[in-house]
Amino acid sequence: MTNLMIPPGLLLVLAAFLLPLLPSLYRKFLLIAAPIASLILILLIPDDYSLKLPFLEYELLIIKLTPFGKLFAVIFSIMALVGNIYALNQAKLTELVSAMIYAGSGISVVLAGDLITLFIFWEIMAIASTMILWANNTSGSRKAGIRYLLVHLFGGVILMIGIISYYSETGKILFESMVGREATVSYWFILAGFLINAGAPPLSAWIADAYPEASPSGSVFLSAFTTKTAVYVLLIAFAGTKLLIFIGLYMVFYGIIYALLENDMRRILAYSIINQVGFMVTGIGIGTDLALNGVAAHAFAHIIYKALLIMSAGSVLYRTGYRKCTDLGGLFQTMPVTAVCGIIGALSISAFPLTSGFISKSMISSAAAYEHLSVIWYLLLAATAGVFLHAGIKFPWFVFFQKDSGLRPAEAPLNMRLSMYIFSFLCIGLGIYPDPLYSLLPALKTSYVPYDAAHVVTQIQLLLFSGLAFFILLPMMKRTLTISLDFDWFYRRLLPGLVNLLEPLYYIGTATIKRSIKTLYKKLQLEPDSRIKQLGYWSLSVEGMVWISLLIFGIALLTIFTYSTY
Amino acid sequence: MNEKIHWLQRKTTIKKLWIILYCLLAISVLVELFVDVKAYFGLDGSFGFSAWFGFGACVLMVLFAKLLGWLIKRDEQYYND
Repeated sequence: MTNLMIPPGLLLVLAAFLLPLLPSLYRKFLLIAAPIASLILILLIPDDYSLKLPFLEYELLIIKLTPFGKLFAVIFSIMALVGNIYALNQAKLTELVSAMIYAGSGISVVLAGDLITLFIFWEIMAIASTMILWANNTSGSRKAGIRYLLVHLFGGVILMIGIISYYSETGKILFESMVGREATVSYWFILAGFLINAGAPPLSAWIADAYPEASPSGSVFLSAFTTKTAVYVLLIAFAGTKLLIFIGLYMVFYGIIYALLENDMRRILAYSIINQVGFMVTGIGIGTDLALNGVAAHAFAHIIYKALLIMSAGSVLYRTGYRKCTDLGGLFQTMPVTAVCGIIGALSISAFPLTSGFISKSMISSAAAYEHLSVIWYLLLAATAGVFLHAGIKFPWFVFFQKDSGLRPAEAPLNMRLSMYIFSFLCIGLGIYPDPLYSLLPALKTSYVPYDAAHVVTQIQLLLFSGLAFFILLPMMKRTLTISLDFDWFYRRLLPGLVNLLEPLYYIGTATIKRSIKTLYKKLQLEPDSRIKQLGYWSLSVEGMVWISLLIFGIALLTIFTYSTY
Repeated sequence: MNEKIHWLQRKTTIKKLWIILYCLLAISVLVELFVDVKAYFGLDGSFGFSAWFGFGACVLMVLFAKLLGWLIKRDEQYYND
């Protein structure tokens, strides 16, 4: 391998820009060929390979291969490929271009060796994913897209503050473990910036707010990359940070409880992303060799079964136009493939033996057991039961079974079925034969055997009795036409409310400024009337300037105050 | 609806499915007699631990969600202006 190779992420981005120029048939070819080429490139990169690029006075490490980075890049390419197949029949061109840029930037983040490269692609991901949302072009997706973008631009600013302070503190831009460093400004800002993209509290609501508003294929792309790049960067930089255990456990139960309250099938699945990422964040907090390998394996397996679940829900939405459990039911009769693939995804997310979830999630809980973290182990076990409850049974039951809704939609189109077949195959294939996935993991110091009789028996007990609880408690889980309040209330209700409250103040302020200007003219014995006549809009812009100066003055005060406290 | 009720949704089938579920539950617990379950902490070594713990955890989570629901559930149109 020479030093001239194209970075695999960049390859996808370049292909994305080619897409609009091609006629339809070639476009389809490129949608399939580009991710395959990227996958091959990733597999061909020799270990310890690095690609440097001088930029200003820095030396960027566009590629610095880590074993975990390789694993994430591999699954991102597979995701881009199968996602593109799923999107072939219905996605708009804008969505496809954005999705390829999004996937390519995701790959670039997990291969990045320095913080500047990481940040650039981090931000491109935010913009490309917003474009995926907006490509759906519904009123819901437009509004949710703005909220989504604001959260991520905010997260981006936090991360940028962290990176700049990191550079001023250390003089380095290398992306490496922060563990053992003094917890300075940069440490907290970088951690916070990463956590916002992971869907950590308090800003968790953006996932369930935005992802369900994308097109059927758009949601599939969105579910895979943003939260998992966040998992990757946390894994590299903050492994073993105990705080992450608590954040992760909160996310795990937040996802379950909100999904239980939810009526919209796509939002149920969005909440369960937070739940699953919570397992990974907890594992990063535990931080042992087995835990970290478990996190990487779980991210790999999760991307596949979560995409499969969202594809199944997306096919239902595509064929029926409905998203709410109250409108759906009985669809297994005419959409058997979608139903069976959805159930396979549901069993995998529940970590049923012989599925990919079982061989990955068990590594994280075993790591907790080996470290004698009893409370955490019990909570993870309860959460495993909860996953089966909210995603494993609730999703397939309310969509494909429960009462017959009378809907008789056609089965999903061929390309959608094909992509669901591929991921179903991978879910079960990795569950039966996990070695290909384990071989991608950096060498485990102790060998790990997922299948022993006791583990299989206890897991089946756990899941079966959770199932029993579901059906016994079914009357309590009657779906209602409601949404659940979350932290987004603060920026969707409180802030706009405050702005409305402050509006009169603005008018009073403007009137006062106008009056003072007039008085000023009089005092200076100028001819205000003639001036204003000459420049009809002049007085207005002066008011604007006064407002802006006030604002700048406020920011300056705030900055001085912040720095004087150091 | 003119068409016949799908066999999976007939009352008799559902009853049979319940019986099968109860059998599976019983088997999954009884199998533990023949398998050596390793306990890490103590409580997890009790007989049928995963069964009652899983069931109990689910009941608690559903109850908690129900309680929280009274507090945070709003009409679907809540955010629409």
